[in-house]
Amino acid sequence: MNDSQPILSVSELSTHLGSGSRPIRAVDGLSFDINKGETLALLGESGCGKSITALSLMRLLPASGRVISGTVRFGSCDLLKLSESEMRRVRGGGMTMIFQEPMTSLNPVIPIGEQILEALRLHVGEAGAAGRKHVLDLLDAVRIPDPGKRFHEYPHQLSGGMKQRVMIAIALAGEPNLLIADEPTTALDVTIQAQVLELMRNLQQQRQMAILLITHDLGVVAEMADRVAVMYAGQIVELAAREPFFAHPSHPYSRKLFASLPTMAKRKRALHVIKGLVPSLHARFSGCRFAARCDDAVAVCHEYPPAWHTDGERQVLCHLYEHGREAERREDTSTAPIPSHTARPAKPVREPLLQTRALQVHFPIEAGVFKRTVGYVRAVDGVDLTIGAGRTLALVGESGCGKTTVGKSILQLIRPTAGSVRLDGVELTGLSHSQLRRRRSDFQIIFQDPYSSMNPRMLVGDVVAEGIKAFGAGETREQRRALVNKQLLQVGLSADSVTRYPHEFSGGQRQRISIARALAVAPKLIVCDEPTSALDVSVQAQILNLLQRLQAEVGVSYLFITHNMSVVSYIADEIAVMYLGRIVEFGPVGDVLRRPRHPYTEALLSAVPALDPKTRRGVIRLHGDIPSPSSPPSGCHFHPRCPKSAELCRQHYPRRSRVDDQHYVNCHLVDDEPIPGGARR
Amino acid sequence: MLVLFWTDVLIYLLVAMVVVFALYARRREHLRAPWREVGRSGVAMGSLVVLAFYVTIGLLDSIHFRPALQPDEEAGKREYAHEILSVFDWLVTPLRERTEKTYSAPFAANLYTKETVELADGRQRRQFPRLKYGARHLDDPATEKTADIVATGLSAAVKGVAVWGLICVMLIAALARKKQQTFRSVFTRMLSGATAVRWRSMLYTFAVLLVISFAAADLSMEYHILGTDKVGEDVFYQTLKSIRTGLVIGTLTTLVMLPFAMLLGIMAGYFGGWIDDVIQYLYTTLSSIPGVLLIAAAVLILQVYLDNHADRFSSIAERADLRLLFLCLILGVTSWTSLCRYLRGETLKLRDTDYIQAATALGVRQFTILTRHVAPNVMHIVLITVVLDFSALVLAEAVLSYVQIGVDPAMNSWGNMINSARLEMAREPIVWWSLFAAFLFMFSLVLAANLFSDALRDAFDPRLRREK
Repeated sequence: MNDSQPILSVSELSTHLGSGSRPIRAVDGLSFDINKGETLALLGESGCGKSITALSLMRLLPASGRVISGTVRFGSCDLLKLSESEMRRVRGGGMTMIFQEPMTSLNPVIPIGEQILEALRLHVGEAGAAGRKHVLDLLDAVRIPDPGKRFHEYPHQLSGGMKQRVMIAIALAGEPNLLIADEPTTALDVTIQAQVLELMRNLQQQRQMAILLITHDLGVVAEMADRVAVMYAGQIVELAAREPFFAHPSHPYSRKLFASLPTMAKRKRALHVIKGLVPSLHARFSGCRFAARCDDAVAVCHEYPPAWHTDGERQVLCHLYEHGREAERREDTSTAPIPSHTARPAKPVREPLLQTRALQVHFPIEAGVFKRTVGYVRAVDGVDLTIGAGRTLALVGESGCGKTTVGKSILQLIRPTAGSVRLDGVELTGLSHSQLRRRRSDFQIIFQDPYSSMNPRMLVGDVVAEGIKAFGAGETREQRRALVNKQLLQVGLSADSVTRYPHEFSGGQRQRISIARALAVAPKLIVCDEPTSALDVSVQAQILNLLQRLQAEVGVSYLFITHNMSVVSYIADEIAVMYLGRIVEFGPVGDVLRRPRHPYTEALLSAVPALDPKTRRGVIRLHGDIPSPSSPPSGCHFHPRCPKSAELCRQHYPRRSRVDDQHYVNCHLVDDEPIPGGARR
Repeated sequence: MLVLFWTDVLIYLLVAMVVVFALYARRREHLRAPWREVGRSGVAMGSLVVLAFYVTIGLLDSIHFRPALQPDEEAGKREYAHEILSVFDWLVTPLRERTEKTYSAPFAANLYTKETVELADGRQRRQFPRLKYGARHLDDPATEKTADIVATGLSAAVKGVAVWGLICVMLIAALARKKQQTFRSVFTRMLSGATAVRWRSMLYTFAVLLVISFAAADLSMEYHILGTDKVGEDVFYQTLKSIRTGLVIGTLTTLVMLPFAMLLGIMAGYFGGWIDDVIQYLYTTLSSIPGVLLIAAAVLILQVYLDNHADRFSSIAERADLRLLFLCLILGVTSWTSLCRYLRGETLKLRDTDYIQAATALGVRQFTILTRHVAPNVMHIVLITVVLDFSALVLAEAVLSYVQIGVDPAMNSWGNMINSARLEMAREPIVWWSLFAAFLFMFSLVLAANLFSDALRDAFDPRLRREK
């Protein structure tokens, strides 16, 4: 094959889903090429058709889907014309795919080595000793330590990151020319994501393999892609090389995506949002698909579809780039500042709203007939947190570090094993069930998944009214209804929502309903448990704006549990970094993010993909995964993964040290100013 | 004079509950949507028509009264018969009263056994005597019978089709008025099966059933269409009477079991801890005892009680009814465990969902959480189990009566019919019609119930819900 010839060439691909009479035009006239050894990122929000594109290429569409038109040239053949048995040879051989969920992509009852061997046997025809050796090489290539032992292990014995590597190893077994990666790192933590992305980059260089990377994450695109294709409503709207794209995104939609990303620089100002919702793909479009949501739209945008406008390395599908119209582009991206709440203190006041001391949640591990306790999972193991009134504390950490358990134990949804939780001067841990029930209006929670946080069998009005009823606020039905309407208006939903069911709303709207439900009882503290991580960037911006506005209006405090550093840098006042059940670093958000002192914080921050290549720092690669909280390592919990660990770290858990006024860290390397009473183990 | 049996009262209660639930579901979209899904399934709607036929007969058979005797000379004082009848009995009076001497085959004109008859000239001869009622209107059954059966059957079928046509026209007109469309458009849509509710399959099933019932009604006036049993009772009448028994067992048992299963299952799942342990031990223990043993013991105890207190019951029917009720109770007590187990598992899952946590965080009382958040979200399991259990219970009755620990021998039931037919299976020539009749009716009821419950499960089980 000629090097200059694209390895995959897709032209005018259209895929429909659902009924023939009223199809969903999930992919509508898509054209792009991928060259050898190149990474093309297909970027878009959920529902824009990027996964359906990948499945169309692999011809793995669900039963209701079908390719309507177009050609997919892969090497010398048209994939859409191959018979199913020929296609099976292409799949896994010439081109392979890895999926978002490594947990469900592997067969749980077959050892991973066998699963890789099966791929080898099918595509390379290797089996027996030669095949076994090849498997070990592959496991080594995807940097799985001790491949000989891992060969015989089952998927459940591996962590998420390891499983994704095994998936990559299976994909590599067929020695593909093209790897389609559908959100390969979305389910993984940032440090693990950094490992997997680096692995993919290295493998690509070694094997001259092309990658079609499907993602919604601009950061991942910035790290990985050579070229970027932005998808919106079943079409590619912009196609450009990485540098020009990140320097100057051309399409209004791409620009909006960047503008809605939360960053440190945008603090105290509202984020840009894209108005309206993604259009239904049932419809046929007369004009530009983005016109209804575009701030720059003019009359012509609604009338006929735009044509491709080519400018050197970049192509954009937009009317604004037609002759002599470029001047009309508005570059102004400033937004209104968020009015600061009058009661919002610049610094935490002396008596904080919430204070936890040595908070512990241990789950007993039971064994045997008589349920003898044989050990404890130390999910939360001595956490001290302080939140001032009207302020936001971000609790960050990787999955499994216990941050959600901290949130739930503060709310007493999980009763703490030991320690104290004082909210507004009241100790919550000792309260009886009924005493606690009366105090529950003071603290509320917003969950991550907007789909499971509401009873699907209740009307939205009843959902919001639930807390009002429980606390007896609102004597009559009319009063209650008025209160509910007020709450819904406050979160930006119309009053007629009350008679609808939750499933009739989009994810972002549901999250608003959750916020309205929490606010209805006038809480002083809201625990936000990853409230935006299930949402698209543009919707995330709306929710973050709403949370900020509500804080300014009613002075509520947030405990913001998240793993997303850019959200933290935008919304938080203080930050607490958690590792294996303990806080390792605590301080004002600016200090911690700019000058992290704990090696774990440093690694966490370095692993976050940066948009701007200039600010990119070298990734501090952490080895291995988070240890189990049932048997934490001796000494400093972080020492097995710490690049700077010393002998001391192996023996003693570090004391809490003060870096400056409000910045604390638990690390032996920072040991200048120990605080009396802060010493722990 | 109206007579109320225990099971009658419970049946009325059950009907009231169904009506209340239907009214409740009408206003709630999440309950209406799956039912609409059921309405779209042709098989389910056809089965529903069959089930409705059975239920109608069962309900007619559940209104009991003592008929007034011919008034005596003393005016003002009305005497009531000792015998208790149901509305259904009253409707099919000829069927009930025309008993032959002993066995006769379906559509027979003569008895199944030879008897010595005295001829006109005084000689005695062994022959199959003519029946008292069956084919009495024919002079020479051997030549006339087939033609008569066909003629009667056909004329009845024509009547059935006519009545069906009339009902169709009325239904279409009513639908057209309700939806403000023309008669014609509703008709064509119905014919092409494009309606939201599958009227077409309902009407086709209805046509078949109407033709069969008209033919059966007309023919059974002249013949014993399913023969007669040992004491000469019409088998067709017996099977129809057995419908009520089957339905009572299938539904009242559920009524008994539901409170146990729901309360204990949800409590075990939601509260966990020692409550869960106690309930789990309770149902694992109970489900380890062989069910038949438990039922046999309970029924024998009841039998002893009934025999010792015979004077407390004014009629055999009342005694039999009490035994039926008791059987329902026992079956209910032994069969709640599986539903309880399902509900416990589902509640365990629900307890950790965000919306229940949110409700706890909002300070909602635990009892309110159970009734408002947990119970409505496990209802689909209850519904599916109830409908699936129904057919199993109908069959269980047959088996239990067969081993003589089921309903009272005096009560008509398919199990009793099978049991009494058992002895005649070895006879030559074989007496097959009791068994056949019981099998036919039981089979069509259980098949319809199973088909309906399949559609119901498809519509209600969220895991089986197809992407649209």
